[in-house]
Amino acid sequence: MPVLDLMSGFIVELRSAGLPVSLTENLDAMEAVKVIPIEDRDAFKYALGATLVKNNAHWRVFETIFEVYFSLRGPEYEINAEGKPDDFWREMQEQADQVKGQGEGKGSGGGMDSLTPEEIAAMLMRALMSGDQAMMRALAKQSVQRFAGMEPGRPVGGTYYLYRTLRNLDLDNMLQKLMDANREMSKQELSSLEERLEKDEFESRIEQFKQEVESEIRRRLVADRGAEAMAKTLRKPLPEDVEFMHASRDEMQSLKKALYPLTRKLAARLARKRRHGRKGPLDFRNTVRHSLSYGGVPADPKFRYPRPAKPELMVVADISGSVAAFARFTLMFVYAIQHQFSKVRSFVFIDGIDEVTKYFKATEDIGEAINKVNTEADVVWVDGHSDYGHAFEVFFERYGKDINSKTTILLLGDARNNYHAAQSWVVKEMRKRARHVYWLNPEPKSYWNTGDSIVGEYGAHTDGVFECRNLRQLEGFVENLA
Amino acid sequence: MRVKPRFKDVASVRSGLKKENYLADDGIAGVVYLADRLGKPVLIEGPAGTGKTQLAKSVADMTGARLIRLQCYEGLDESKALYEWNYKKQLLRIQADKTSDSWSEVHDDIFSEEFLLTRPLLEAITSEEPVVLLIDEVDRVEVETEALLLEILSEYQVSIPELGTITAKQIPLVFLTSNNTRELSEALKRRCLYLHVDYPDLEREKEIVLNKVPDISENLADQIARIVRSIRQLDLKKAPSVSETLDWARTLMLLGIETIDEKEAKETLHILLKYQTDIAKAAKELSVTK
Repeated sequence: MPVLDLMSGFIVELRSAGLPVSLTENLDAMEAVKVIPIEDRDAFKYALGATLVKNNAHWRVFETIFEVYFSLRGPEYEINAEGKPDDFWREMQEQADQVKGQGEGKGSGGGMDSLTPEEIAAMLMRALMSGDQAMMRALAKQSVQRFAGMEPGRPVGGTYYLYRTLRNLDLDNMLQKLMDANREMSKQELSSLEERLEKDEFESRIEQFKQEVESEIRRRLVADRGAEAMAKTLRKPLPEDVEFMHASRDEMQSLKKALYPLTRKLAARLARKRRHGRKGPLDFRNTVRHSLSYGGVPADPKFRYPRPAKPELMVVADISGSVAAFARFTLMFVYAIQHQFSKVRSFVFIDGIDEVTKYFKATEDIGEAINKVNTEADVVWVDGHSDYGHAFEVFFERYGKDINSKTTILLLGDARNNYHAAQSWVVKEMRKRARHVYWLNPEPKSYWNTGDSIVGEYGAHTDGVFECRNLRQLEGFVENLA
Repeated sequence: MRVKPRFKDVASVRSGLKKENYLADDGIAGVVYLADRLGKPVLIEGPAGTGKTQLAKSVADMTGARLIRLQCYEGLDESKALYEWNYKKQLLRIQADKTSDSWSEVHDDIFSEEFLLTRPLLEAITSEEPVVLLIDEVDRVEVETEALLLEILSEYQVSIPELGTITAKQIPLVFLTSNNTRELSEALKRRCLYLHVDYPDLEREKEIVLNKVPDISENLADQIARIVRSIRQLDLKKAPSVSETLDWARTLMLLGIETIDEKEAKETLHILLKYQTDIAKAAKELSVTK
């Protein structure tokens, strides 16, 4: 297929994966392709990356799509079940024979194919031990062919094959085995530092092997189903589109990284609002100083601007079971905010409410802080099912006097009240005293006010209820504050 | 206006940078090459201390071009980035001969290039000799100020209302760096090639240490690179940068250490890490037996 056709399919796929590729960027990429030959796969990839991907968080998505469209093409990737007997293959067979024991010693009869899984695992261990990259790659190919059990046209995702392959190789225990073997091999006792370094080294090699296996599986799937279909099945949401409620551990990690810039932005937005608008009295000194440029004519009067007051923030978050995943994110958010604002007070509730500011202040470690909140905060009043009404009431009773005209209140939760009394007058009261009251809801908008959700009732008294299911929406909320 | 390309191919960029003691990986060399061929600015993002600014300097050295640097900060405006009229000189000109000239003559005269103070951006495009323009830490200016850069980045020209448009005599290589403290505007990103410079991998970091620290043994460099990699995997407030790795390597050399053991590692950790909590965490992690 000519490069241009490939490129347009590739860019369409990037767009459907959610990457914002503009027309000019598309043209740039075409321009870049002219000066970089497609044969130089790495340079080609970086050239496309530099012109099409302007956000590092999107790089992984880009890489996957690139692999499907470009890396897996060309003669060296032809699938051929017998395996071409090139030099490397022969060398591997020799190794295989060694593992099988010299007794049989004939080397023919398929060599590699006649190995038992244990023997392949042993070869893999040897390759990992010495960090032999070519060997690792070949073994990845071999084990996918042997263990993944791939059948053409079978509608199964790549993860299933990956799981099957890795299970057969017993990769989970590989690290331990490697460490043991390493300990035996070295003459003297390893210090704990050395051991730790060895462990990291092995871990990264195993990770590398896993990636080889993964890309081998993808290669075969692409050959089977075609690039377009494959790209579609591999499509993963961009980090900013990952839903908080269903985020995996890895995704949570990347969300955490993205949070800090966001809170900084939030702080800037809330502060900036005060700087704009009002002008202060004439700044005489400054005016005279600037008048020198105009030959002593005060043509450019300068004013004193009021110093923006430090915004105060109160975050009130639901951490009950129904929003458990969101709650973890919320706590991370609160933690990140804590370092941006001079005065943040945070509260968590289920059916009781407790202030948790001190847990976040006391420690630098977010994991520890969240753990403390979950174990020590007194948030259960009766049965540990959300009761917004009671929680709000208690909140107002205890802390209501601290709300003043500088305070912004963020309420986080799905407003699923288990049919308790709403007590929405509290929110109304809050809004009277505070500068702003916003509600962030992790549920899709279509679920609002269904079942026991009463977000509409509360929302009527706030400055706005915002759907907040992913980072993009949260960013949008922060962006629109000004 | 198209000048002849500066580099032959990607490999020559790489070897050229290596001569300047900058070890580029494929991505970096490829993007620099592409920037020259397409005549586009490069936006470099990445954590602090990974050699973003150094890349621009090294490219300038490599091509024998003059480096013009614009350090961005909050409150940067066009009179500091682009150009400014020299009021005092204009004033002098007006007062020098009050009688002779007619108004229109004076007017034309005081808004000529003689009274223009060039600032880095304008200087970069008016320069006759080859130039590398470095716009450092562009994420520090406000979103509104970013717009100042757009014209020069896409057209390589500056419009001055009183004087007209000044176009570049030669297309400079432009590098923008950003520490990613905020998202840059789409308009800016669209005009640039994007390069993310991350911490180097094990092999490259080792090579950098070997290159930059004289007389260091291969063994020690390897050990340093591996310890730094392990530390970077921890969840820290601030992971050690390349420059901190180099500082650490130099310190170990000064102390005359040949192989690092646990005790020495712990005692010198404060060079690598700058937060007490990070140091404590790393010290604890490094001595864990497992």
